[in-house]
Amino acid sequence: MLTKRIIPCLDIKNGRTVKGVNFVDLIDAGDPVEQAKQYALEGADELVFLDIAATLEGRGTTLDMVLHVAEQVNIPFTVGGGISSVEHVDALLKCGADKVSINSSAVKRPDLVNELANKFGSQCVVVAIDAKQINGQWKVHLAGGSIPTEIDLFDWAKEVESRGAGEILFTSMDHDGTKNGFANEALAKLSSLLNIPIIASGGAGNVQHFVDTFNRGKADAALAASVFHFGEIPISELKQKLNKNNIPVRL
Amino acid sequence: MNRELLQLKNQKPLKVVIIDYGAGNIKSIQFAFKRLGIDAVLSNNPDEIIAADRVIFPGVGEASSALKMLQNSGLDTLIPTLKQPVLGICLGMQLLCNYTEEGDTKGLGVFQVAVKRFPNTVKVPQMGWNTVSNLKSDLFKDIPENSYMYLVHSYYAEHCDEAIAITNYNGNYASALQHKNFYGVQFHPEKSSTAGEQVLRNFLNIKSY
Repeated sequence: MLTKRIIPCLDIKNGRTVKGVNFVDLIDAGDPVEQAKQYALEGADELVFLDIAATLEGRGTTLDMVLHVAEQVNIPFTVGGGISSVEHVDALLKCGADKVSINSSAVKRPDLVNELANKFGSQCVVVAIDAKQINGQWKVHLAGGSIPTEIDLFDWAKEVESRGAGEILFTSMDHDGTKNGFANEALAKLSSLLNIPIIASGGAGNVQHFVDTFNRGKADAALAASVFHFGEIPISELKQKLNKNNIPVRL
Repeated sequence: MNRELLQLKNQKPLKVVIIDYGAGNIKSIQFAFKRLGIDAVLSNNPDEIIAADRVIFPGVGEASSALKMLQNSGLDTLIPTLKQPVLGICLGMQLLCNYTEEGDTKGLGVFQVAVKRFPNTVKVPQMGWNTVSNLKSDLFKDIPENSYMYLVHSYYAEHCDEAIAITNYNGNYASALQHKNFYGVQFHPEKSSTAGEQVLRNFLNIKSY
């Protein structure tokens, strides 16, 4: 049986791991390569590296870091942040990244999704969507959540699926950093509308939140950062508890 | 030191060639062998491929364009004639089959099985960790039934006589195949943690056919 995935997200800035609370206050939490190895040992199913400085400051993700991660880590990983061209993706994949995640650049130029899917295959194209509710409507936000748009979350998710996205990484900005649980209603709606895997992101605070996002949110994977980085929820323990709750996980 | 260890010590390291025809993520495979102490070489040179002790046939992406790249370098006719153990990974495995629905593509015809698309009753691609069972062949030596492997794919080889592992996603399909010296795995051993490492180790230890 295909299992639900647990994905630690390492936000990267200047080659170091950081985690923003509601995307603003950043705390340095370590070396990405060492953390990646540790997470792989603990049973993480996948890793995501988001170069948050790349989007805000226009810098490309460090290919060097990708190369070092690929060299030392035996589980798949995704790289995102500031990716807007086929050439950049080509370089990242050649350094050993398994997937790339694109966000603002896809909104600005949706054809990028098609181009990447056609050239590299849908399996390596993750479209990350940051959204929050404005007057009860989920609206897509750009550039690390700082720029609101009029685009509806569900319309956009459908569109990127039809353009060839292999997976959606949905971050609820209303939930991110709150540790009050994932946006399960919106996640369940995404899962019912789309036929590609959905990664839940934003709001993880305790084990029950993960149980809920798999059961009620119908998520295929759950992503979190600070609860893992600071050891609040050890991944091995989390997976044992998910297993006890009859959620299929790799143990 | 016992005799076996002495033999191992005196052995020349295996020459592993990863076929480099422009399709997909070969760096990860090269790194996975490096973690096992093997410097695998990337090559599209027929002489170098023929001379290798082990050949890896990787592939990620779309089948018909990958086949075109193989044809451009003449590797489509070379690969089925190889005599040493060959391991097709993911799309590499699928291209070793008779036919794939992806891009209506004729494969290299090593494995007598067709590759089909998952129906939309399940999420496509299948992405993540699933179990392998009914394990046969030395490729799965010391790997317990129902071990988890990492898979990312929209197309699958049907369950068939040449299956040496099956996985269930909307029913059982062949997640590994063997025909003589040719092996194929749908999962990514290079990304499947310690179980995947064991598959690669086993592949290195397989006696020549």
